[in-house]
Amino acid sequence: MSGLGVWNYVIIIFLMMIGLYMVMSSSNLVKKLIGLNVFQTSVFFLYISFGYIEGATGPVMQEGASLYSNPLPHVLILTAIVVGVATTAVGLALSVRIKESFGTIEEDELHTMDSSL
Amino acid sequence: MILEQLIDIFLLVFLAIISIAVLRIRDLFTAVMLFGIYSLTSASLFMVLDAADVGFTEAAVGAGISTILMLATISMTGREEKPLKKKGTMLPLAVVVITGATLVYGIMDLPPFGEPDNPVHTHVAPRYIEQSPQEIDVPNFVTAVLASYRGYDTLGEVVVIFTAGVGVMLLIGRRRKRKEGISNE
Repeated sequence: MSGLGVWNYVIIIFLMMIGLYMVMSSSNLVKKLIGLNVFQTSVFFLYISFGYIEGATGPVMQEGASLYSNPLPHVLILTAIVVGVATTAVGLALSVRIKESFGTIEEDELHTMDSSL
Repeated sequence: MILEQLIDIFLLVFLAIISIAVLRIRDLFTAVMLFGIYSLTSASLFMVLDAADVGFTEAAVGAGISTILMLATISMTGREEKPLKKKGTMLPLAVVVITGATLVYGIMDLPPFGEPDNPVHTHVAPRYIEQSPQEIDVPNFVTAVLASYRGYDTLGEVVVIFTAGVGVMLLIGRRRKRKEGISNE
């Protein structure tokens, strides 16, 4: 593989790694969830780039078009986006509950409280 | 045709810059707003890659609902993040670099970007594109596959959303009746 196309995939992996780093290194739970979302979106880019065809039109039937981009990855990612928001909502609700019970959503402070019990 | 790929790379670089800014910024309100910009930019990237339906969904759900949910959360949990401790960042960095290098090694074997005869385009998708106008009679192939051929997937998605809604209600709906409306989206 060569040319511009390879950069498409390299930058997608770079985004994925930024998301992963955010999940692992941030101690704030909301920041972790943002990182999770960045990671998730970059996986969506990967799938949509697989479905892309150079010079094709979008997957809607029209007169005179013979080449359409692949509709299957689009369907899978459509489902994944909505499911992703549902999981984010549960994660955010958990952080609200943790804030109510412990008074903080910083992970290292929570660890200290947990071990002092 | 080369122009489309150039716009694609440009938007991806833009997304990389935004995500680095989100990573570095300590104020959570700014981070959430930057993440909203990230979602909107990714919606335009989906449009460039011919995925109009995905772009609409990302703009509405990713940039809209996620941002509102995160704003509602930081209004309850506080908007300042504690600064990172220096000694805790080395291990994540090492893991990320190794994983990234492995993935970059892996993509070298992928078929070329945007070629019409890639393996992914030869098997199931042509069947949908050729037959769905007669079988389903919906001009949008994505709708035909989503609602008819893979309808069970969509049913499963609805089950997941229902479960998530029940989970959110059980977590924060019971004790805090007045905040139920905000986070129960």
